[in-house]
Amino acid sequence: MDLITSANLAAPDDFYEALIETHRGLDDAQSALVNAKLVLILANHVGDMDVLRAAMTAARQDVIPAQPEGRT
Amino acid sequence: MFVQPRYEYRRPAELDGRRRHCVIVVGAGPVGLAAAIDLASRGQPVLLLDDDDTVSVGSRAICYSKRTLEILDRLGCGEPIATKGVSWKVGKVYQGDELAYQFDLLPEEGHHRPAFVNLQQYHFEACLVERARSLPTLELRWRHKVTAVRQGDESVTLTVATDDGDYAVTCDWLVVCDGARSPVRHMLGLDFEGRVFRDRFLIADIRMSSDFPAERRFWFDPPFHRNHSVLLHRQSDDVWRVDFQLGWDADPELEKQPERIEPRLRAMLGDDARFSIVWSSVYTFQCRRMQKFRHGRLLFAGDAAHLVSPFGARGANSGIQDADNLAWKLDFVIRGLAPASLLDTYDAERVAAADENLRNSTRSTDFITPKSAISRTFRDAVLSLARRHAFARTLVNSGRLSVPAVLADSPLNTHDGDAFAGKMVPGAVACDAPVDGPRGRWLLEHLCAEFTLMVFGRVDEATASSFAAARVPTRVLQVGGAGGVRDVEGLVASRYDGRDGTSYLFRPDQHVCARWRSFDRERVNAAVMRATGH
Repeated sequence: MDLITSANLAAPDDFYEALIETHRGLDDAQSALVNAKLVLILANHVGDMDVLRAAMTAARQDVIPAQPEGRT
Repeated sequence: MFVQPRYEYRRPAELDGRRRHCVIVVGAGPVGLAAAIDLASRGQPVLLLDDDDTVSVGSRAICYSKRTLEILDRLGCGEPIATKGVSWKVGKVYQGDELAYQFDLLPEEGHHRPAFVNLQQYHFEACLVERARSLPTLELRWRHKVTAVRQGDESVTLTVATDDGDYAVTCDWLVVCDGARSPVRHMLGLDFEGRVFRDRFLIADIRMSSDFPAERRFWFDPPFHRNHSVLLHRQSDDVWRVDFQLGWDADPELEKQPERIEPRLRAMLGDDARFSIVWSSVYTFQCRRMQKFRHGRLLFAGDAAHLVSPFGARGANSGIQDADNLAWKLDFVIRGLAPASLLDTYDAERVAAADENLRNSTRSTDFITPKSAISRTFRDAVLSLARRHAFARTLVNSGRLSVPAVLADSPLNTHDGDAFAGKMVPGAVACDAPVDGPRGRWLLEHLCAEFTLMVFGRVDEATASSFAAARVPTRVLQVGGAGGVRDVEGLVASRYDGRDGTSYLFRPDQHVCARWRSFDRERVNAAVMRATGH
């Protein structure tokens, strides 16, 4: 299966509102945790590694690292 | 209480005249001992050199896998180690003080050896030394330190320092098992690339009477050691291993002090616990490997060749598998049963295995020691989800414990032409099963030091003896037939998907290298030739 990037949400504004609402009252660290849990839950739901890789590549697109990766 | 043995130094014959050896093994740790014992059990004269005169100081490697025990069974020293060690198979992972995840490393019956035994490395080595000393063609030299190595076209020459001065010795093959810092690797200026992890861990081995179960316990962020992880293992003699993650900023000299260690243990075990600290160490770790394990007549094995983090018990166990893989090949090359190029498959197979171990150990380390804030966030997210959701438990990584490498891409395998179910693919290690047979109650006891052809059903005697007399001898083992083994619980048939006529060819290290639905002499011969590098 390919990653769906065409519109697939029946009610996009409802989803967006619910997403923001999920974070209401949380500080940055808590929000980061909730986001991470959300990613993991959705990843498990998708299950297909090819789709997940395509999604991770799409998410990373246009985001340039502030500093080149150092050696550790 | 373990009394550190002192093995006697003897003046070598070489000081009074040069002698050439066939195989020299450098380093009498677990891997060097296993390699030397394996070669000597096969009748090869072996000289084993060690710069010290005793076994490991401190318990060090403590978790020995089922596969290691099976290899030691073949070497004639599995029983004392299995008996002395503490068997376990269950691991529990806690987040805080709540159980987040539990695993069972051997959930089925019908295996001779347990998933793991925990045993102090000094006991392990002492058992192997005892076995080594019983072998007439194995000469063990203590306090013989290799100080120079020179490889020529036809031989390797070593300079060895002793109390009585230096001597030179030459050999056809040098097996290098001299550990993580490998002096021999350094002398030859060979590569050892990899990563250093920025974290420190404290090992405290304590003696304590406790009826706490023999299982592996791992805590992320426990109340008694906030923001770090702790690992607990039971060893023999009422000794327990506690491993505290300290973080990169910890001062190793300070943390080694008993006054620092004791409060950590008190916080964990309670004010009433009675224990004494028997050994402690602060360590960091690295993941590295040599690009090649074979350098002409030099063969590197164990930590000298590859180094992993301790989470997963993949260090000593993979080293023993190196020895297991190397010994029969070297024996076959020396006996003229295989070309020297067979040794290149030691390199190919064990490099692939090392990469698998490095991959697993690096992944565990990234989970235990997250290197960035977001990595830590995902780790905590996994642990938080694991309490409620089954899927997240599979992501919890406190160490993926050592399992034998499946040599699926080995050039020695003959690819399946027939359809099979189950795990016994070419390259896999033979799975044990209960049997009734002339050598005992377990299938693995019936796989011999040479190639073994296991056939479900009858094979006529003339065929069996012609295999035994072939240039590369192959012993026929019948399952169900007269003179063979009886499949008492049907587990041989189910684990190997065996039906009448099904045949499996096992290498001398018990890896499957070919299988067929029907027995055919020519195909077996071709597979044996392929598996010996012809």
